[in-house]
Amino acid sequence: MIDETDRQVIRALQGDIPLVPCPYAALAETIGLSEAEFLDRMRRLKETGCLRRVGAVLQHRRAGFRANALCAWEVPAERVDDVGAAVSKEPAVSHCYDRETAPGWPFNFYAMLHAASHDECESIAARLASENHLAAPRMFYSVKEWKKASMKYYTR
Amino acid sequence: MLTEFDKKLLNAVQEDLPLESRPFAILAQRLDTDEGTLLTRLRALTEAGYLRRFGAFFQSETLGYRGTLVALQVAPASLPDVAAAVNRYPGVTHNYERTGRYNLWFTLQAPGDEARRQILGEIAALPGVEALMDLRSRKKYKVRVRFQL
Repeated sequence: MIDETDRQVIRALQGDIPLVPCPYAALAETIGLSEAEFLDRMRRLKETGCLRRVGAVLQHRRAGFRANALCAWEVPAERVDDVGAAVSKEPAVSHCYDRETAPGWPFNFYAMLHAASHDECESIAARLASENHLAAPRMFYSVKEWKKASMKYYTR
Repeated sequence: MLTEFDKKLLNAVQEDLPLESRPFAILAQRLDTDEGTLLTRLRALTEAGYLRRFGAFFQSETLGYRGTLVALQVAPASLPDVAAAVNRYPGVTHNYERTGRYNLWFTLQAPGDEARRQILGEIAALPGVEALMDLRSRKKYKVRVRFQL
C-alpha cells in the first residue's frame, strides 16, 4: 500500500526531472526527504507497479513524426488478448487498449499510430490488419492538438 | 540539425533512467561521454524543443484511477470553446481534434465512476456538443511513447 510519504514522492516527481548531476537529491529536498529514502521509495513504487518508468518523451513533431492516427477495430473478445499482444509489438504503436463500445459504435480495439506521414500511417495500419486477420480499421487523424499534458495525481 | 550523438542521446533518454544517485553519469558512461557533456547537450536539446517532458510516468490504474477515451461530436463553430472547456479538467491529458464525425477526442483519468460521470455530464451539456461516447478502458495492452531516431 502507498502511504502519505509515497504520495509526496509521486507529487514531487510529476514535474520535470532537473537536468543536474543528482536530480533525485534535488527533488527529495523539496519534500524534506534524504536522497537515499527518496530513491528507496521510488524503487519500491517501481517494484509494486505504481511507477512505470523515469525517462523522456520527445516532442513528436519536432522529432519528425508528423502524422498520428487513432485506429479503431472490432475485435472479438476471444481474440482480443492475442491481437493486443501482437499489435503492442509494433514500435509505431504508442497506446493500445481494449475498450467498452457504445450504441451504434461496435469498435472495441484501439491503437495509436505515429509516423512521418499520412501514407506511412496507412501502410502500417494495413499491415497490422493483415497480420492479425482484421478488417481495415477506422482511422482518425489528428487535425489539431488542443491539450497534451502529463497526468497529475493526488492533486490537492 | 541533430548530430549522430544527439540522436543516440535522444534514443537513450527514452529508455529507463536509472534510479541511482547520479543517473546521468551512468547514462554518459553507456554513451562513451561524460556527465557534464551529456547534461549540457540535454539542456540544449530541451531548449530547442525536442523534449516534451523528462519525468516519471505512473501506472494510473495502480494508483486508483480508471481511464476513458471520450469521443465528442461538436458543431464546428463551437469547437474552440468546447476544447477549452474540456482542457480545464485536470484529469484530461490528451485532447485532439480529429477527422471524422466525432471530431474531438480526449482521454480522462478520474478517481472513480461517480467523478467520471459527473465530468462527462457537464461536458455533454456544453453548447455545441451533439453526441458523446464514453469508451472506458477494459484492458491496457501498451502505453509506450517512443520515437526511434
